[in-house]
Amino acid sequence: MSTTTTATTAELLRGAAELFPDEVVTQAHVRHLDLPGAGRFALITLDNGFDHTKPTTFGPQSLANLDAAIDQVEKEAADGEITGVGLTGKPFIFAVGADLKGVELLKRHPDALAIGKGGHDVFKRLSQLAVPTFAYYNGAAMGGGVEVGLHCTYRTVSKTLPAFSLPEVFLGLVPGWGGCALLPNLIGADRAVSVIIENSLNQNRQLKGQQVFDLGIADALFDGADFLEQSLLWTASVLQGKTEVVRPEVDRGEAWDQAVERGRAIADSKVHGAAPAAYRALEIIAAAKSGDLRQGFDAEDQALADLIMGGELRAGIYAFNLVQKRAKRPAGAPDKSLARPVSKVGVVGAGLMASQLALLFVRRLQVPVVLTDIDQERVDKGVGYVHEEIDKLLLKGRVNQDQANRLKGLVTGSLDKAAAFGDADFVIEAVFEEMAVKQKVFAEVEAVVPKHAILATNTSSLSVSEMASQLSHPERVVGFHFFNPVAILPLLEIVRGAQTDDASLATAFAVAKSLKKTAVLVKDAPAFVVNRILTRFMGEIQNVIDEGTPVATAEKAIEPLGLPMSPLVLLELVGPAIGLHVSETLNRAFPDRFTVSPNLKAVVAAGKRGFYVYDSGKPELDPEVAALLQQGDTVLTQEQVRARVLDAVAQEIGLMLEDGIVAEAQDIDLCLITGAGWPFHLGGITPYLDREGVSQRVTGKRFLEQGLASVPA
Amino acid sequence: MPRTARDVVFVDGVRTPFGKAGPKGIYHETRADDLVIKCIRELLRRNPGLPPERIDEVALAATTQIGDQGLTLGRTAGILAGLPQSVPGFSIDRMCAGAMTAVTTTAGSISFGAYDVVVAGGVEHMGRHPMGEGVDPNPRFVSEKLVDESAMFMGMTAENLHDRLPHITKQRADEYAVRSQEKAAKAYANGQIQQDLVPISIRRTSPEAGETGWGLATADEPMRPGTTLANLAGLKTPFRPHGRVTAGNAAGLNDGATASLIAAEDVAHELGLPVKMRLVSYAFVGVEPEVMGIGPVPATHKALAKAGLSIDDIGLFEVNEAFAVQVLSFLDHYGIADDDPRVNQYGGAIAYGHPLASSGVRLMTQLARQFEEQPQVRYGITTMCVGFGMGGTVIWENPHWEGK
Repeated sequence: MSTTTTATTAELLRGAAELFPDEVVTQAHVRHLDLPGAGRFALITLDNGFDHTKPTTFGPQSLANLDAAIDQVEKEAADGEITGVGLTGKPFIFAVGADLKGVELLKRHPDALAIGKGGHDVFKRLSQLAVPTFAYYNGAAMGGGVEVGLHCTYRTVSKTLPAFSLPEVFLGLVPGWGGCALLPNLIGADRAVSVIIENSLNQNRQLKGQQVFDLGIADALFDGADFLEQSLLWTASVLQGKTEVVRPEVDRGEAWDQAVERGRAIADSKVHGAAPAAYRALEIIAAAKSGDLRQGFDAEDQALADLIMGGELRAGIYAFNLVQKRAKRPAGAPDKSLARPVSKVGVVGAGLMASQLALLFVRRLQVPVVLTDIDQERVDKGVGYVHEEIDKLLLKGRVNQDQANRLKGLVTGSLDKAAAFGDADFVIEAVFEEMAVKQKVFAEVEAVVPKHAILATNTSSLSVSEMASQLSHPERVVGFHFFNPVAILPLLEIVRGAQTDDASLATAFAVAKSLKKTAVLVKDAPAFVVNRILTRFMGEIQNVIDEGTPVATAEKAIEPLGLPMSPLVLLELVGPAIGLHVSETLNRAFPDRFTVSPNLKAVVAAGKRGFYVYDSGKPELDPEVAALLQQGDTVLTQEQVRARVLDAVAQEIGLMLEDGIVAEAQDIDLCLITGAGWPFHLGGITPYLDREGVSQRVTGKRFLEQGLASVPA
Repeated sequence: MPRTARDVVFVDGVRTPFGKAGPKGIYHETRADDLVIKCIRELLRRNPGLPPERIDEVALAATTQIGDQGLTLGRTAGILAGLPQSVPGFSIDRMCAGAMTAVTTTAGSISFGAYDVVVAGGVEHMGRHPMGEGVDPNPRFVSEKLVDESAMFMGMTAENLHDRLPHITKQRADEYAVRSQEKAAKAYANGQIQQDLVPISIRRTSPEAGETGWGLATADEPMRPGTTLANLAGLKTPFRPHGRVTAGNAAGLNDGATASLIAAEDVAHELGLPVKMRLVSYAFVGVEPEVMGIGPVPATHKALAKAGLSIDDIGLFEVNEAFAVQVLSFLDHYGIADDDPRVNQYGGAIAYGHPLASSGVRLMTQLARQFEEQPQVRYGITTMCVGFGMGGTVIWENPHWEGK
């Protein structure tokens, strides 16, 4: 610790830079210019030398470069050679914050502390110069990029700025280079909570330029077309005293405490106390009420260091990399040049699922989509559904009238499969979940489609290979398993059957990409990935309830994971009947591990839609369900329940990896995050199971090597 | 239907600072279209009384209409400048007189009643688009001796003009150039130029040309205040051994853009827009391409004749200084002294630079300022020579004129 508190900023950064030799280094160019009527001005441009596809970040050497630039302008300001200092970015990008790759490499608490302190030490110099400083948010600004501007005296923002956020809490950090302490003192605690907590925990929601101005973060807003010119002329006007910047007084009374409480409620509703970052950020925001920035910055340094050395952040970065990088390059997908073009899609069935698929295909692929069913009424209903949904998109302004006309014109229905699918390149079935029915449908379709057409099935639990087995060309069958709601959940499990060929699989991945889905390649095995893990997970909960643990205890036992909803609420969402059906399927496949709960059977038989009633506004066990339950007399504690459930999940994942259901544990996590909404701070689930020692206990080894979603050894 | 010609006025004009073409120039990393877009936006900011949807046309000139000067610049720049979609636009080319032609041709349409208000201007980024880029002259020009080969090279045509008018010596040309630099420096010191400049953000990523990062262009880069005859005497004559035309007594190769608002006078009054000049007449004339610099002489005759004026009625002259010899040939023809105070009071293109198709509006903007300062003057002209043997002249009346 003493080394970090006594070392100079330059030493700190040099030390950190040695740990991170692969940093993409941002330069801080200093250029002088004449501000009309306001003298010589120094403008610092942050630029990593790449175009906008590689945004500017701050690693240790980048911070050292900014530090050196500030050395120069500090002296010029002290010597009276310049009247002000500005800070802006390369085209389209201001700066997007700390380089996460560098954070992943940190192994020791003092190094983590040095990163926080290093950033602070450099950024805060911008508020201590002998002249005013100005940040010009010209383009994307995130995290440390936002924070460096907060240390300046004034800020302007471009109307065309597409993304502005403090995403730290989303990843498992706090805005620790001044964000937590400065932002509430600039715009008030309530607005700061919205930016730091609420936006972060809502899938990392981004602000646009106008909102940045409306929130009071920026003092002036200018069009993108001549943003820098107008910002500089405004600067001249401020420096000449012609423009006075007035900011509303920040309410340091009760409103501040209420804002922090609101933040806690948001955090509770999103992570249920299971991830520390939001709460650490709120502590600093609460303390910032005093206006003591030094204390706030110290608290940020400590929080950053603690979180960097904690598992949640590592899991968060891991999860971020999964959805940002791995999702774009699906493991095991064949060469994409093998993919065949898809210029017409057929959907067998016109029920709700089929209609949802038709809507998705027509919106994303913009090719003709034909629905078929057994009678005209069903077909009309299916097409009608798609048309209504397109009208809703039109009302919301998501498509314009021309686009709506185009999309509606592309969706048709037919009773004649031969006419409908005769020139289709891709036909997906969404008929009743029964092998014989699906085999019959595929046989009918194969008789009429062109030779190259892909036959896809949206089955959630049946064998794709078996479904293909009676066809003359089984190599063109793929599993294409969506998750409900189809429009919202990104995951698409692409199942390779025993005889599926590379070209068909490549086409399936190409279609998935056009559909903007996260495709994961899955082996043909019962219930694939997400449903198998969820069913094992729910089955174990159901088991302990059946054995005698009260429903409330079983449910509470899972809360520390911070899942989006409790197991029984999830069951209600899925539908108890479907849950039962999947558990029966898996029970047939793996009778030693998957049980069929008699209580669940009873609930389904009674026609109940769930375990709870919501009369009081909160979920309470439905008395009718309570009356149905037949429980044993083994009562477990919450800890015991949690251990049993996690052990079961770890065992199942271990077996799935052994069987090669997916390429790697990362794919399991990617599936759980994008298909079940499991949280970033768990990294899906395997980082958590490794961290808690569950995987070691159950399978004898970790799922992920040390350092991948954890502090490196 | 009965038709009444309407009076046409120059409402306002602005320009970017002009830069030197080439890798070290201030605009080396700036797009040409961005230069003119920023001029259009400045015109709208300076004239808040003009609802943008009242603009009926955007006419923009560029000599080399490819790349960032192509794609029907008048239309695309309008969209990029944030004008309403309903505002149309087109591109126009008369080489050096491009912006001048943008003004005159839209003025004709205003007078006819087709437009009320237009944006007219031009741009030339000679760094990105060197003169002659992509041209493919018809071989008949040479085989049939339609023009001399030197006609393609403006510097050679200036040497040819020296040949034709041997009394215009290199010494006179250099003296004229020194005065142009002096007058421009004085105009800058008096703040007569800066008020119509649009500052432009400029990026530099190559350290050879100076500090890197974003900067701001607020002044003309080509200017060489303090230039002396001795400085000029030693310069090379690149177009001919022992010739007379040098980089010192000619305009350079430059980057820059201009834009103006032209309106029917009644509409300007309706919208409360300023009236800086009133159009009297204009004319374009063709001459031998080998001596294109003589173009302003017949063009001015023609414009004066149409206006029923004589050269003595003209109180202020803005003559584009492509070459000193070309200005001197004009002055000699009309019996005006080399240092006549009515001519190019703020200096000219030899000092500021000449980004081909943009220059016409620079002349107008400067004449408008001089009209404002000198209400005793009633008429002024803007005139320029044009490649391939042409001249263009526009005669303007001073709305501030006090006499009668």
